Amino acid sequence: MSRNLILGGLLTSVFVIAALLSFVWTPDSVEAMNIAGRLQPPSSDNWLGTDHFGRDILSMLMVGARTSIAVALVAVGIGMGLGVPLGLAAAARRGGMLDEVIMRMNDLIFAFPSLVIAILITAVFGPSATNAIIAIGIFNIPVFARITRGAALSLWKREFIMAAQVAGKTRTRISVEHILPNVANLLIVQGTIQFSLGILAEAGLSYVGLGAQPPIPSWGRMLADAQTMVSLAPHVALIPGLTIIAMVLGLNLLGDGLRDALDPRLKVVRA
Amino acid sequence: MLGYIVKRLISLAISLFVASVVIFVVVEIAPGDPASFMLGINAQPDTVAALRTELGLDQSKLDRYLSWVGGMLTGDFGTSYTYRTPVVQMIADRMWVSLPLALYALTLSTLIAFPAGIFAAARRGGPGDLAVTGATQLGVAIPNFWFAMMLVLIFAINLRWFSAGGFPGWDKGFWGGMKALTLPAIALALPQAAILTRVMRSSLLDILGEDFMRTARAKGLTERQALWRHGLRNALIPVLTIIGLQFAFLLAGAIIIEQVFFLPGLGRLIFQAITQRDLIVVESVVMLLVFAVIVVNFLVDLAYAAVDPRLRTRT
Repeated sequence: MSRNLILGGLLTSVFVIAALLSFVWTPDSVEAMNIAGRLQPPSSDNWLGTDHFGRDILSMLMVGARTSIAVALVAVGIGMGLGVPLGLAAAARRGGMLDEVIMRMNDLIFAFPSLVIAILITAVFGPSATNAIIAIGIFNIPVFARITRGAALSLWKREFIMAAQVAGKTRTRISVEHILPNVANLLIVQGTIQFSLGILAEAGLSYVGLGAQPPIPSWGRMLADAQTMVSLAPHVALIPGLTIIAMVLGLNLLGDGLRDALDPRLKVVRA
Repeated sequence: MLGYIVKRLISLAISLFVASVVIFVVVEIAPGDPASFMLGINAQPDTVAALRTELGLDQSKLDRYLSWVGGMLTGDFGTSYTYRTPVVQMIADRMWVSLPLALYALTLSTLIAFPAGIFAAARRGGPGDLAVTGATQLGVAIPNFWFAMMLVLIFAINLRWFSAGGFPGWDKGFWGGMKALTLPAIALALPQAAILTRVMRSSLLDILGEDFMRTARAKGLTERQALWRHGLRNALIPVLTIIGLQFAFLLAGAIIIEQVFFLPGLGRLIFQAITQRDLIVVESVVMLLVFAVIVVNFLVDLAYAAVDPRLRTRT
């Protein structure tokens, strides 16, 4: 196993475990305020210090990890769930009307800057975690559609696919039974990358107030709250920021490691 | 080439048309009537009705779509519901902040990425390469708004070299304006520089394995001479594509950074317009940003096809 895979896997697991653990236990309550003990630096009582309401930052980060992971994960699910079938369908009828329509729609979604989509959706439906998921998820669809189509197109030229066609299998069946398993590795790697982008996007949206709403803790909003306190207590901005970086870095390393592990050919090319 | 341009132009027009319909429909289904919102909860129904007529809200949806698109084609973006000033004027004012910011950030990211990418590629697998690739991993993981806060903490609050936010306006002098845009541009440029460095590095590495590079070395050039004379020019094609895409992204992606630094750019305009239900402004700014992205993509495609004839037949 590569160093990337181990380091990335470890970092990612830490956050996933922290998020799961937060359902049953956090060091402190994330709702209890303690104004007397606000903006305290890290200590033995509060390992990562307290915020401007005196809430325990570690507990907030643990519960916030749930929001980040849930939003990014569902957004990847939307992207895969819709993008992969579209990509498969486009490749199965290469150059046809369906292919053209799907790819032009993809171009169109790509043309909308993702943040602008998010803002439009929020303008219409109001800010919430669900709308953040939709906004990030929509942008994931063309990514998966393109990757699937590209990989599937080269597979359609291979002998084993031709053999399946000669055997009388329909294009849909070939796509599901032969193409999909062969692009799965690629999708897992891309899924990891989109997951990390989703974490960043969620943080950005909640930072400007378009993501999960109070009292649900989220990493982005912790940073927004910290902005006016940063000169008094730098740790309130520093710690959530480093948390986001560690999570995203972990996922990116995991993605690189998975790519090398699942497709040894790429490793040779890169080295 | 002409056939390719015509085909791409048709596709450009269709994209713009569909984008305008999508934006119009999405904004149309937004709950809340702008006229009632502007007049407050105590407004008389007939006053609201009069304002609706004045704003053109009582026309059919098709008529309103056509007059919106028709207006934009002739440079008339309508009148802001809230400020009663022409939207085109508001956009033009904000553009003088957003556009220089995007260009500034793009310049910075290119200035960082080119040397870094070339340095890493020339030392492939060595400690220098590892350091650069490690830095790019970190660069893409850092949220730019957090990086912006850290820049403010260090350079504005502690060192007092820059102001923490705001924009004095270009009429107060060019350098004052540039100074106000420096921290935001650095914050925007960092993740872009990391991505561009990666593209530059991998593109150069691809080129290094080509036959013509082997020939260049065989005729007596050193590795470095071959890289500078033959490798760089060929590696630039994918890099320029990414730079084109990044420009469009920077224009739209500055929304959050403009919030951090309280810059009066397009991003802040959208946010204000959303909170004030100034839908005509939201529609027009979003359409303008999408237009910018689609046109930049189109130009990148054309440039690409001009350089590499094989792409003209691409489906």
